[in-house]
Amino acid sequence: MITLQGVNKWFGPLQVLADCNAAIDQGEVVVICGPSGSGKSTLIKCINGLEEFQKGQIIVNEQSIKSPKTNIYRLRSKVGMVFQNFELYPHLTCIENITLAPLKVLKRSRDESMARAKKLLQQVGLSAHGEKYPSQLSGGQQQRVAIARSLAMDPLVMLFDEPTSALDPEMINEVLDVMVDLARSGMTMVVVTHEMGFAQSVGTRVLFMDQGRIVEDRKCPEFFTDPRSDRAKAFLSKIVKH
Amino acid sequence: MSEFDWTVFGRNLPWLWAGMQLTLLLTVLAVIGGIAVGVLLALGRLSTWKALSLASKIYVDTFRSIPLVLAVFWFYFLVPVITGHPVGPFYSVLIAFVFFEGAYFSEIVRAGIQGVRRAQMSAALATGLTHLQALRFVVMPQAIRNMYPVLVTRSIIIFQDTSLAFVVGLTDFLTAANIVAIREGRPTEIYCFVAVVYFVICSAAEFGVNQSKKVTR
Repeated sequence: MITLQGVNKWFGPLQVLADCNAAIDQGEVVVICGPSGSGKSTLIKCINGLEEFQKGQIIVNEQSIKSPKTNIYRLRSKVGMVFQNFELYPHLTCIENITLAPLKVLKRSRDESMARAKKLLQQVGLSAHGEKYPSQLSGGQQQRVAIARSLAMDPLVMLFDEPTSALDPEMINEVLDVMVDLARSGMTMVVVTHEMGFAQSVGTRVLFMDQGRIVEDRKCPEFFTDPRSDRAKAFLSKIVKH
Repeated sequence: MSEFDWTVFGRNLPWLWAGMQLTLLLTVLAVIGGIAVGVLLALGRLSTWKALSLASKIYVDTFRSIPLVLAVFWFYFLVPVITGHPVGPFYSVLIAFVFFEGAYFSEIVRAGIQGVRRAQMSAALATGLTHLQALRFVVMPQAIRNMYPVLVTRSIIIFQDTSLAFVVGLTDFLTAANIVAIREGRPTEIYCFVAVVYFVICSAAEFGVNQSKKVTR
């Protein structure tokens, strides 16, 4: 579904991604973790072309992101993305947030888009909030609407960029619950997160990154019981301690 | 000094109203045209295409560093030379205002767009919207909300500045009033009246902005 081949990226002289290779199959839930500044968010944004990279290839659904033949907009419409700060559109209601892209990109009818949006709001437990504006919702609720907004495009894969980092602790679980349900329904997911509980319960693989490199690419239980690199061991010991 | 003569207004109202109509027409068209030019310039300025960005910057900096009267003269004498036939004072003033105010509006629009979080654009693109769709449905509505009060303030300035139309022989509200004042020998009454009219119209617009600011939190 997604293949990364020798991906390199520089911000001026600073190399932020170095020779990243990985292959993600349909139905996998891949967790990307690592210390801050290790390039996790940058890598995930390269997958849907929100960030450019100078060297290497990323292939999503058999199409190369950088190929001039690829319609990047069409490709993005099949790749959902959830952001750290939700990024709901503040001038639109929740329903309007969810229906915008289906109406404009997929050219679905208003009735069809509305029906689907209501169903998705129900799925994330927010049926009663469709007519509210994002500012009237809590952070956890906003993030669930953002997930519904992505799902409305019927994506082949969902990318999550630290979806719970900006949330108050008591709201983290309501978002994780939605993500766990999604994972169990068979959605292909790539999740940048520090929530190791999520990784252990539904993750199929972990990519551990440090200084722009993918240091470990391991099956899920193994990574936690038997990390190979010293950096991963140090990282895990810090996370598990607290 | 003779007594304040109230009848002078009634006698000259049609004449003054004709002047006001020209002032309002010029203001409305200058604001619409100026915003249109301003949006194009702002998009050019924010473009990743360097040449376009630089060209917009040079345009804006040039117009912001010359006096409006100079622009008015410039277009009055220049436009006929370029187009080959005279366009008349009204259109030359209107063109001058549109191009001149476009530079100011572009800075307002640019600030408005830059006031919208960049990640909003990313979020819109991530759902498959094109750049233009993202601008139209996500970024611009928020930008307009940001810049709306400043746009009104600038429009008020334009309303006042339209009095410069007299330099090419147009009879706007102030010019009309001036003619009446001289003809009637009643400068005190007329200039007081003109001040009140400008004051009422401008404060009403300002009041409207403040009210709508309260409504949209």
